[in-house]
Amino acid sequence: MDMTDRTWRRIGLAALLALACLLPFLVSSYRTFQLTSALSYAIALLGLNILTGYNGQISLGHGAFYAIGAYVAAILMDRFGVPYWATLPAAGAVCLVIGFLFGLPALRLEGLYLALATFALALATPQILKYKLLEDWTGGVQGIVILKPDPPFGLPLDQDQWLYFFTLVVAIVMFWLGRNLLAGRIGRALVAIRDHPIAAETMGVDTAFYKATTFGVSALYTGVAGALGAIVIQFVAPDSFTLFLSITLLVGIVVGGLASISGALWGALFIQFVPNVADHISKAAPWAIYGLFLIAFMYLMPTGIAGFLRTLAARLTRRPSRR
Amino acid sequence: MSAEGTPLLSVRNVSIRFGGIVALDGVSFDVAAGTIAGLIGPNGAGKTTLFNCLSRLYRPTGGAILFEGMPILATPRHRIAALGLGRTFQNLALFRSMSVLDNVRIGAHCRMRQGFLAHALALPAVRREEEAARAAAAELVALLDLQPVADVPVAALPFGTQKRVELARALVTRPKLLLLDEPAGGLNHEEVDQLRSLIRDIRDRIGVTVLLVEHHMSLVMSVSDKVVALNFGRVIADGPPAAVQADPDVVRAYLGTEAA
Repeated sequence: MDMTDRTWRRIGLAALLALACLLPFLVSSYRTFQLTSALSYAIALLGLNILTGYNGQISLGHGAFYAIGAYVAAILMDRFGVPYWATLPAAGAVCLVIGFLFGLPALRLEGLYLALATFALALATPQILKYKLLEDWTGGVQGIVILKPDPPFGLPLDQDQWLYFFTLVVAIVMFWLGRNLLAGRIGRALVAIRDHPIAAETMGVDTAFYKATTFGVSALYTGVAGALGAIVIQFVAPDSFTLFLSITLLVGIVVGGLASISGALWGALFIQFVPNVADHISKAAPWAIYGLFLIAFMYLMPTGIAGFLRTLAARLTRRPSRR
Repeated sequence: MSAEGTPLLSVRNVSIRFGGIVALDGVSFDVAAGTIAGLIGPNGAGKTTLFNCLSRLYRPTGGAILFEGMPILATPRHRIAALGLGRTFQNLALFRSMSVLDNVRIGAHCRMRQGFLAHALALPAVRREEEAARAAAAELVALLDLQPVADVPVAALPFGTQKRVELARALVTRPKLLLLDEPAGGLNHEEVDQLRSLIRDIRDRIGVTVLLVEHHMSLVMSVSDKVVALNFGRVIADGPPAAVQADPDVVRAYLGTEAA
């Protein structure tokens, strides 16, 4: 049973990877750009899911870390001539530190109170980015325009395709690291803290350290995603990182599936493409259509897309073996 | 009592007050290594409060607690398990969404060292440590007859089974002293008999000293080497089971509540 489950999962993963490698050659360069953007969202969603889904700390402010990652990348490229790929570790490191430091006072806050504290972070970020004294670096209201990187080594790809594959590789690495992190002792401790913090501590889990570090790790993921987002869109400006982005990320993890690694990918596809679909259906009221989609997804897949697929797979693989 | 002289656990003059209520009032007693000790008393006598002081969930207003001769009241809560003080909870404190095996494996957390970075990179040391934890957990899952439900989320299991999961989880921490808070609560006759021999096995075969809070009198009296009786936060008797059972103060404490 265990063996077949694992085999099926491997086959699914290989098929998904093959599809991911073929897609940019099958669709328009605008769609390729959208897929790249979705991949960067997937990294951010995995980060938020580690924090909220696994560890039970709600954040309404992850757009702020996305913004910090984006600005770190843009400023490093624009002011210091750092190559685009080298900005990702820097964005991740900056967000790790800021996330950890934010996580420390957040230890005293639970549930809705933590939601409000992170909400404040999301509200403040666009204004801080416009702040006059930082204008030299951030470009103020204007933001920063950055150049689209060319494919290296004379690869026969256009710029959009290259960025897509670059983002795909980063996403694979980040998902691999995330899966490892969640698979053993650390992942169990995170869920234990979510389920019963006092019992977790009695079992030897240093909950304060774990919660603050998880905040940092989550911010790191979101920061790397933000840096990728900036490179892909070639532009950062304060008003791209409003509260709406933070809420959208939260929508992504819930629709994709809380406490699920693959859920981050499904959620990213949802937040990237469903607004487009809604726009196609009604130019007049796209967000009303988006809202209907949201309600329909929640109603039909109460454990998210990942949970729905899991149930579906369980039905398909188990029925023949039982009879 | 103890041949070496130092008791495994020494509770000295421990007091705790909640608002105006004195929950523990100068409680002192020892538990010698290799024994099974029972802690009895009517509801509200302070038994669970004392347990919560031992696992550092409550901070006593006065007194000292020595474990292997070392004071532990300044030790952070999350280091208590690694010292060798394991416990179960009266009203169950399991990780509801996790499987039985994962709940038990959490117990091994305090015996593992690999951190965030090592895990993210899946270093070989992580694999070795995880394998050892899985083996240790599987052994206790088997000992407590939990194999058939090892992969089931604990929330879906009956109360008695969940109690066994808690016991397995506490034993994986490799305790020197195991604190059992009403392990017989909610169990039927047959299950209590199994529990009796299990507690003896824990001491005799695994070599763990046991301190047991229990209302089930015949279980405490038959399994304990010594019994401490609490009433209104004070020790009213401390000695061999038969002597404590016959103690006039103990009889009065129980008749008082039972007559009410």
